[in-house]
Amino acid sequence: MPEYQNIFTQVQVQGPPEWGMDNENNMAEERIGKPFFSTLVGWMGNAQLGPVYLGWTGMISLLTGVLWFNIVGLNMLAQVGWSIPEFLRQGFWLALEPPGPEHGLSMPPLNDGGWYIISSFFLLVSVMTWWLRSYLLAQQHKMGKHIAWAFGSAIWLFLVLGLFRPILMGSWSEAVPYGIFPHLDWTTAFSIRYGNLYYNPFHCLSIVFLYGSVLLFAMHGATILAVTRFGGDRELEQIYDRGTASERAALFWRWTMGFNATMEGIHRWAWWFAVLTPITGGIGILLTGTVVDNWFIWAQEHNFAPMYDGSYGYENYGSYEAFIGQED
Amino acid sequence: MFPKWFDKWNRDNPTDVFRPAIIIGTVGGAVFAATMLIAWGQPFATDSMQTGPRGTGMSVPEFTADLAKPDPDIELLIEDPPFAPEPGEALAKDIYQNVQVLGDLTDANFNRLMAAMTRWVSPEQGCAYCHGDGDIETYGEDNLYTKVVARRMIQMTQNINEAWAGHVNANKEVGVTCMTCHRGQNVPSDIWFKMGDVNETMAGWSANQNRVTVQSQSTSLPSDALEKYLLDGEVIGVHDLESRVAGIPGQDGYPGIQQAERTYSLMNYVSNSLGVNCVFCHNSRAFYDGGQVTPQWATESLGIQMVLEMNNDYLVPLQDQYPPERLGPVHADAPKAACKTCHKGYQQPLQGTNVIKDWPELATTGAPDYGN
Repeated sequence: MPEYQNIFTQVQVQGPPEWGMDNENNMAEERIGKPFFSTLVGWMGNAQLGPVYLGWTGMISLLTGVLWFNIVGLNMLAQVGWSIPEFLRQGFWLALEPPGPEHGLSMPPLNDGGWYIISSFFLLVSVMTWWLRSYLLAQQHKMGKHIAWAFGSAIWLFLVLGLFRPILMGSWSEAVPYGIFPHLDWTTAFSIRYGNLYYNPFHCLSIVFLYGSVLLFAMHGATILAVTRFGGDRELEQIYDRGTASERAALFWRWTMGFNATMEGIHRWAWWFAVLTPITGGIGILLTGTVVDNWFIWAQEHNFAPMYDGSYGYENYGSYEAFIGQED
Repeated sequence: MFPKWFDKWNRDNPTDVFRPAIIIGTVGGAVFAATMLIAWGQPFATDSMQTGPRGTGMSVPEFTADLAKPDPDIELLIEDPPFAPEPGEALAKDIYQNVQVLGDLTDANFNRLMAAMTRWVSPEQGCAYCHGDGDIETYGEDNLYTKVVARRMIQMTQNINEAWAGHVNANKEVGVTCMTCHRGQNVPSDIWFKMGDVNETMAGWSANQNRVTVQSQSTSLPSDALEKYLLDGEVIGVHDLESRVAGIPGQDGYPGIQQAERTYSLMNYVSNSLGVNCVFCHNSRAFYDGGQVTPQWATESLGIQMVLEMNNDYLVPLQDQYPPERLGPVHADAPKAACKTCHKGYQQPLQGTNVIKDWPELATTGAPDYGN
């Protein structure tokens, strides 16, 4: 018997396209695109693609986002002398860099960070209007605003990195470059420059929530899949009318670790863990260079990073001669 | 393809062959792999050299297969012991014209060193590489740039062995000769030139990084680290030594992220030059902390100062001597040295082989010590 399963869908539901509701906000008027079905997309989720609602926020967000993307890409292309093969070859290395430290918070020349400032402005508009879109669409659907606020927590981290912290530091040069490898170099250099970010307690918290999110996601996903045969995948029904799926899932965890979340509460656990990851991370980054300049020394001052007991064990260190086999 | 009865039998007796096939394949493959590992051994076995206190994970790993292979260049070294000078023996400066740096050597030792230098630097061209094709009477002339450069390089070698013994003899007597860098080539491998801006149309920190270059070691880190730190002598440290230090990046020497990236680029170059990792010198939990570094850190710090002196006092001033083809491709600057020019990927050049023991003439700027 065919079963309706996801990850990945074995039986796809394809019929007349579903248009969704049209309410007093006249959302249907601005829905664009003729809906169609894709078997490929259906392997991963709903096989139906479209229609999409853009609205004025979506239009502005897409337009400014494309502008940012193209400014970054054209700057990269200019750096390799407009050579497409070289652009593809060095693509992961290239970047649009923020201004040098000598420019402070002033507007630098276009080829020394000026384009970075301009493109960042467009990215800011793009991200903020996309946030507004997630808020307004939830409002029109008469939904809660949980998605908008969760997105907002990511935007907090984004704003700390590119706006709040550079202003507090007095230099746009502290912002993150737009490039694949370069932004990773920035991350490493940021940690090294400020005395090892691992001793920043907010970095610790952020890691806890990040790994915690992963763990909760896996536990919840596994639990629901495990009780799907009892109707557990109909989570909403299980929340207001608890059935044997919920009972079994709850018993499993309570007997395993003495505690279980509830069918509704697990989603709050997951939401808060996810949201707190960038919130705590953003706090940690905002404090770096503004309040604390060397996290390792800070950690020692707060008895957070112990020193070794003095027995450095030099006698156990390897010698190069032994390592390369010149002595036994 | 198959006979009809075979297809019919298969249709009438449907059997799931995939499940047992997958199970047998998986289990069988695992058994085969385990058997091979036990019978032939782990092909990628590693060994590691402890570099820090226990429990800190500070060690330098290598494949044991690589460790078993000595540096092939060691075979190029040959025994060539000095001749103990007799009292009253004639000296090179009395015998030959225009001997400026090795004049106090006896004729035998002088010619022994000259012959060795052709092995080290110009095995194909021989004496003519520096002295030209003329007769022996013309060998005193300074017509070729190679001879002028070679004289200065002898002085540099003597200076390294004498003034920088703390680096080149840090663990035991190793020393350097021409061979340490040249390895039988006219121009040593792994020299470097100024790169300047690697990105077109950009300026400042947008221009000097984010490209695959030799000096960025194929990372997107800045490509001007060698120039800034090993020629211009800029301060490498970017850390604040108190938990809170006021400052604005780029003002009054308060280092920004960019300086940290450039430092990282240099450190990456040093690691690759020596075939080691960060924890060969540093405790990575506090890179800056002199109280937690390894003994190698001090050796390395001396090495950086040594390279600065080599570049600024010896190599760069030779700029005007070189023909155009020996100068840098971008800025027409003199070739310069750095860690890899000598180390060539090994913790110690030529894996710590004592190259100076036969060459007391190169070990000092003063009179050679022949042990008598």
